[in-house]
Amino acid sequence: MTQNDVGTLLISLRKVTKTYGEGTATVQALNGVDLDIGQGEFVAIMGPSGSGKSTALNILGCLDAPSSGHYLFRDIEVDALTRNQRALLRRHYLGFVFQGFNLLSRTSAQENVELPLLYRGEDAAHRHEASRRALAQVGLTGWEHHTPAELSGGQQQRVAIARAIVTQPLVLLADEPTGNLDSKRGHEIMELLVSLNRDQGITVIMVTHELDMAAYASRVVRFADGNVGSDSMKVAA
Amino acid sequence: MNQMLLNALLLALRAIRRNLMRSFLTVLGIVIGVGAVITMVTLGNGATRMVSDQISSLGSNLLILRPGQQLGPGRESAGAANFRLTDVEALQAQIPSLRAVAPVVSSRVTLVVGSQNWSSQVSGTSNAYFTAGNWKIGAGRSFEEDEETAGKAVCVIGDTVRKQLFGSGSPLGGELRVKNFTCVVVGLLAAKGQGAMGQDQDDVVLMPIRTVQRRLTGNQDVSTVMLSMRDGANADQVMVQIRRLMRERRKLAESEEDNFNVMDTKQIAETLSGTIRTMTGLLGAVAAVSLLVGGIGIMNIMLVSVTERTREIGIRLAIGALEHEVLLQFLIEAVVLSALGGLIGITLAFVACLGLTALMNMPFLFNPGINLLAFVFSAVIGIVFGYMPARRAASLDPIVALRYE
Ligand SMILES: Nc1ncnc2c1ncn2[C@@H]1O[C@H](COP(=O)(O)OP(=O)(O)OP(=O)(O)O)[C@@H](O)[C@H]1O
Ligand SMILES: [Mg+2]
Repeated sequence: MTQNDVGTLLISLRKVTKTYGEGTATVQALNGVDLDIGQGEFVAIMGPSGSGKSTALNILGCLDAPSSGHYLFRDIEVDALTRNQRALLRRHYLGFVFQGFNLLSRTSAQENVELPLLYRGEDAAHRHEASRRALAQVGLTGWEHHTPAELSGGQQQRVAIARAIVTQPLVLLADEPTGNLDSKRGHEIMELLVSLNRDQGITVIMVTHELDMAAYASRVVRFADGNVGSDSMKVAA
Repeated sequence: MNQMLLNALLLALRAIRRNLMRSFLTVLGIVIGVGAVITMVTLGNGATRMVSDQISSLGSNLLILRPGQQLGPGRESAGAANFRLTDVEALQAQIPSLRAVAPVVSSRVTLVVGSQNWSSQVSGTSNAYFTAGNWKIGAGRSFEEDEETAGKAVCVIGDTVRKQLFGSGSPLGGELRVKNFTCVVVGLLAAKGQGAMGQDQDDVVLMPIRTVQRRLTGNQDVSTVMLSMRDGANADQVMVQIRRLMRERRKLAESEEDNFNVMDTKQIAETLSGTIRTMTGLLGAVAAVSLLVGGIGIMNIMLVSVTERTREIGIRLAIGALEHEVLLQFLIEAVVLSALGGLIGITLAFVACLGLTALMNMPFLFNPGINLLAFVFSAVIGIVFGYMPARRAASLDPIVALRYE
């Protein structure tokens, strides 16, 4: 891959709101968010609990639809897409690491990691090889045949990361990918994300609570009360 | 497209393996339902066939005349006078369509030979009985004329009686103690086997009717008359002739009802077969309920697992599966499980029917219709209950499906 050509607009949110619940019990999770992210960026999203970080990431990952506002992905109006078109967007461009892992239970790590490739129509040999490589990248060689119940929280988190990167997506969205890891493992994962970002040009958007993890990012976006509070770009890497 | 089908198949098989217990219970529900329905209906069909076979083995041209009104609810035959041997002679003489007319009077007695004893039915009758009842003499002979007229102590015995009292030895010429007299076995009936109601038809002793009247019943009564029609005779016409003659002989006035009844065994056969068919239907219905219960069991299993499955569907959608790909996987899973259950059910029912019909001496009538029906029904149940929860889940937003509780 070539050097980062940071600057090409990849993602832009315009006045995005998200309201949960009905009547008096409504929660305004997002409150008119404007956010632009360029291709090849490594963005860390920070902010207090309940400030809408996960909600925003879900919308960016096309898993959830905003209540109002616009989401442009590579100049595509995501809100106008059909369900299937959004699914195809997820399939071909996005990798998502959930805050709660969301692995298939009673299914081996390798089968979990293979799944996105299966929906992409990759053949068995390639699935096999790519999933093993992704598991190796997150340090899980030898754990391929363990099911989530047989793995620690940190190991499950790494399986979830492997599943998100196995397709070499255009954008990797990770909701607290190091939340369950010790700091040594956390730094390893961060180096992995940095290298994916640097060497393969994968745009990384990551929610994190930890400052030393956010330090790996080239840009930190802070959320407060459902809006972008501050947005700081690091000058040089 | 092909690739998609293959993937869905792979995922479906993985899901089955992953949830072995649930898969097993689903299959079990269908196996029980399908097996029960097929077994019940097949046994019912076999029983119907057995009854009609056996009644036709009685002789298809057989009429039976009994005293009393036509039996029915609350209409007992009690009180009506029995027949006499003269009635039998009159029937034989005056109705040319009758080939054989056999008087019958029966009594249950204990038979003794040496140290063996056996309780059986002794019927007094005439040689016409062999014709009317479709009996063949297996060994020895039937009654001679002077034995009949004089009421001599001779008898022809059925195969069961022979087995019980004479064992492997020849019964011919042997002596049988019946109450206070001894009679000589002159003939052995060829075995007939089980009767329509499951009774042993070979458990009989036949004697000249006068012998039974004089030594056992002590009167001149004839309780039943068996009438065998000539081939080609019209049963309805013959029955009318019999009724007319009997009304005349019993001196019934115009206004009086018959105090006897004539039954056509073919009619009895049809009635009986009808009854058994009804019972088969009933059993089938009970079995169908078990199929339904199996289906509800499956639904239950599916509903219990719906939380997990909804989350699973959410995961699949989130990583880029299309709605119809997810549905195809679930559909294949449901089809594979219900088809497997259906096939096992059919196989088990086949084996069970084979064993049970052999045990009950019934013909095994394989009925493709009911097999197909049960299979299709089970498939529909499996698919509906396996597929429906998935359909709902797959139409949710991925994030909603993921958060489902
Ligand atoms: N499905 C939902 N239904 C109702 N309210 C919701 C739902 N999801 C989130 N919320 C609310 O929206 C707000 C933002 O939630 P969100 O999960 O985005 O926070 P967050 O910034 O990710 O917090 P954390 O750091 O704890 O993960 C919260 O007040 C939360 O209660
Ligand atoms: Mg969150």
